[in-house]
Amino acid sequence: MTSHLMPPLALTLVDIGRILSLAVIAGGLLWLFLRAIKRKEVERRVIFLFIFVSVVAPILFPTVFQEKATPIVKDVFDKIESLPPGSVVLLSYDFDPAMAPEVQPMADAISRHCLVRGLKIIYMCLFATGQGQFTSTLENVIKPEFPDKVNLVDYVNIGYKAGNEGVLNVIITDFKKMFPTDVDGVPYDSIAVFKGIRSCKDLDLVISIGGGKPGIKEWILFVGDPGNVPIASGVAAVVAPLMYPYYPAQMLGMLGGIKGAAEYESELVHHYPQFKNSPTPALLMMGPQTLAHLVIMAFIVIGNILYLLERKKGRKR
Amino acid sequence: MEHFALWLAAFLTLGIISFLYKDNAWYKLTESIFIGLSAGYWMVSLFWDNFYGKFWVNKSESPYLYVGAVLGLLMLLRLVPRIGWISRWPLSFIVGATSGLWLINYFSSNIMKQIEATILPLFSAQFGSGFDAGAAAIIGNLVIVTGTFSGLVYFFFSKEHKGAFGRTAKLGIWIIMITFGASFGYTVMSRMSLFIGRIDFLLSDWLGMIL
Repeated sequence: MTSHLMPPLALTLVDIGRILSLAVIAGGLLWLFLRAIKRKEVERRVIFLFIFVSVVAPILFPTVFQEKATPIVKDVFDKIESLPPGSVVLLSYDFDPAMAPEVQPMADAISRHCLVRGLKIIYMCLFATGQGQFTSTLENVIKPEFPDKVNLVDYVNIGYKAGNEGVLNVIITDFKKMFPTDVDGVPYDSIAVFKGIRSCKDLDLVISIGGGKPGIKEWILFVGDPGNVPIASGVAAVVAPLMYPYYPAQMLGMLGGIKGAAEYESELVHHYPQFKNSPTPALLMMGPQTLAHLVIMAFIVIGNILYLLERKKGRKR
Repeated sequence: MEHFALWLAAFLTLGIISFLYKDNAWYKLTESIFIGLSAGYWMVSLFWDNFYGKFWVNKSESPYLYVGAVLGLLMLLRLVPRIGWISRWPLSFIVGATSGLWLINYFSSNIMKQIEATILPLFSAQFGSGFDAGAAAIIGNLVIVTGTFSGLVYFFFSKEHKGAFGRTAKLGIWIIMITFGASFGYTVMSRMSLFIGRIDFLLSDWLGMIL
């Protein structure tokens, strides 16, 4: 009878973990605030410890937030949605393992989206280390989730070429000149994906994933603008503010940092429920990301309150 | 072997993170390994991609490739102090070629097209026509135009920042500060993502603690 009126509180181990971690963080911040009011020094290592706890707790006890795609991310998604099956998309892996936690989820989600839409993908990289990152997509996304997709027919990896913007300056007029074969030595003319593709101008979409140099800026300056090629990007958050001026006139959309990746993953799962059980690392990372940001904001607020108190005391004197 | 690689990666990750406690020998060892590995990786990669892949394999096809190879060798003369000055020749070639390559594209994309993208219609959607723009588009266009203009005014030092001119410059500095704030926020997010990536590796791959 009692249970009928008041349903039993079914707390899972994860819920208990979440509550405990939030209590520890909130209590700790309060302690920090009181200590600071008493003008006691707070060692920087204490701050690091707080950030560590606020990152570890949501990883151990996952918290997934609902993400809604912002227009700049939605534009990339909608562009891929609008392309008819058989269209050719170039995905450039312009990043290294150091950037991977942030941008690899974008590369994987966009690959999933293109393949499920029946688009053909040309993989290449302007970073030598991008090769290894493509292997991660191949092993974790393409092979297990799209076993029917055939190398050279549905996708091709043409690999890395040194030369940064020099490479782009060539492929805007002639792909074969710079990439006479794919990474396995298969000649350009016998690769089905390249049928009808002579240069970047024949591509339906170019997406650069990265955050360094060479990267999206070079793609815009050397391919997008001179060849009138639709360009989109997925970039590390540190670069995103620098790329906003190119949107929407010179870059049709952008995934900025892990937030952009999470929005894209969310949009993909929403439109294609078959990916519900596929890994969504960016969405999972938004939990620790959000909590860590809240803690940093709390530090800023505490710091400012103390500053104002100090100033008030100074005026009284 | 896989276990060894996993433990090694964890050892190196913890070594780098240990710097947060204080500078120590473990951190220094990890840092040196990282720098050494990066330098070695790039050297091997560029040797096979550039020297072997581009020059050695195709050397009989074009005599121009020898020009590049010779310039590359001249660059190495920096290692010989007595004739190190010769290495400035290939360097000046690189600077000249890069400037030439960038000049036109940079002017077209970063100056002309950026100016074009800043001259926005006030009462129409950015790329639409008529008076069908929503409030958000109108406000957005206004912010871009006034923000760019006032930001530029702030950097105009030939006239004293007084009166209406001074107020516009003040608005400009506010816009610049907001931009820096947004940039800082994004940078925090970026660095935090990398940290989350390493912690995730330690907790899931190494310790297997993820529930």
